[in-house]
Amino acid sequence: MPATDGPAPLPRRLQWHIAEIADIIVETPRVKSLVLTLPDWSGHMAGQHVDVRLTAEDGYQAQRSYSIASAPEASQVALTVERIEEGEVSPYLTQDVRVGDRFEIRGPIGGYFVWTAAMDGPLFLIAGGSGIVPLMAMLRHRAAANGKTPATLLYSSRTYDDIIYRAELEGLAAQDKSLKVTHTLTRKQPSGWKGFARRIDREMLQDTGFPPDARPRIFICGPTPFVETAAGILFDFGHGRHLIKTERFGPTGG
Amino acid sequence: MSDSPVTRGFRGRKPAAQSDRIPPGQHLTHDFPVLSAGPTPVTSLAEWSFALEDDDGRLLAEWSWEAFNALPQTDIKTDIHCVTTWSKLDTHWRGVSFDTLLQAAGLPEAPGDYVMAECDGDYTTNVPVDDLIGGKAMIATHYEGEPLPSEHGGPARLLVPHLYFWKSAKWVRSLRFMQTDQPGFWEELGYHMYGDPWREQRYAGD
Repeated sequence: MPATDGPAPLPRRLQWHIAEIADIIVETPRVKSLVLTLPDWSGHMAGQHVDVRLTAEDGYQAQRSYSIASAPEASQVALTVERIEEGEVSPYLTQDVRVGDRFEIRGPIGGYFVWTAAMDGPLFLIAGGSGIVPLMAMLRHRAAANGKTPATLLYSSRTYDDIIYRAELEGLAAQDKSLKVTHTLTRKQPSGWKGFARRIDREMLQDTGFPPDARPRIFICGPTPFVETAAGILFDFGHGRHLIKTERFGPTGG
Repeated sequence: MSDSPVTRGFRGRKPAAQSDRIPPGQHLTHDFPVLSAGPTPVTSLAEWSFALEDDDGRLLAEWSWEAFNALPQTDIKTDIHCVTTWSKLDTHWRGVSFDTLLQAAGLPEAPGDYVMAECDGDYTTNVPVDDLIGGKAMIATHYEGEPLPSEHGGPARLLVPHLYFWKSAKWVRSLRFMQTDQPGFWEELGYHMYGDPWREQRYAGD
């Protein structure tokens, strides 16, 4: 069995809860965060996700999984949703919802792609696009828990305006010398851009990451080809298979 | 379901023609998303083998890649359902059925009521033998007429299409027979022991 760092098992039965939207935060032109009021929420670990269920007036239901963006320490659970053009659920959640709207949610789900500040070793987070969401929960948790282990985020976005949580990431890095945030912009860069300007590759992972001897815990989240590339290179570098945890998503999260 | 509150303004999209083939809580996709918990393992075909084992891990039968591909092949067309809520219809697979494996191993019947599928990358999942026999499951090596790509579990994956797709273990290397039902990787982490999409058995207790 892979090492799983012993997260708590899920409760015996995951109940549906009614979530009410308390706040909506515009993150980028295509991405919004929904801050939820959730009475009786049992709490979560950074990296976990929830199932969301929407019910139409005629009783039709649609269900999707979304990563939790908020730290376990936050008073309210937040989800961050990217609009998928052909999607059924994400256009609703990013365009139509208003504060006070309600839908159902159950979770938290997933005990493998999780990180807690009590875990030893450096933390290397690699995000592609909206794959930042569960990794942001980890960084928020690390900040809230005053975690001191070195942490690095390598974050690939298409353009500057597509960077989710940009200001907050800048703030986190500014107040914490042990946290390094590196961006790469693959499609278009603003003038004077000092970060990387290409897709992730061996050299970039070598320059930003930790050596295998440091036994970093590595979390990679993004589209399938992104995750395949990053995980394959890091495995080649000699990082232990069980220290590389991945979450892949296709274009079907809609 | 009747106590679910209406989500204001949500209308959704009903997949009209195929809705009777989409289990509750699922939606149709035309892509083939990938879900795995770690790096994609790569085993060369020269090193690859597939084994049947008893409860103590003793070898009952073992095939090299060449020998495995010389076994009688089965083609199936089937729908698949992932617990992350996508379903894909009319997928085509080729491989060796579980029935053929038992026969080739000289086993008149399965030596246990359950199997643990064991994989490269240390993934495991448990399946009852009743859900493997009678043409219900295969070790698949081809998808849509092509060798199965590694990110989808190639060179070979278990295919049990009537259960949620995490049961169709990628990169499978052995089936270990068990007398009692033991949880595999996701089952230990709170996913359902059986995983019937039509009964929406996603998580423990569903």
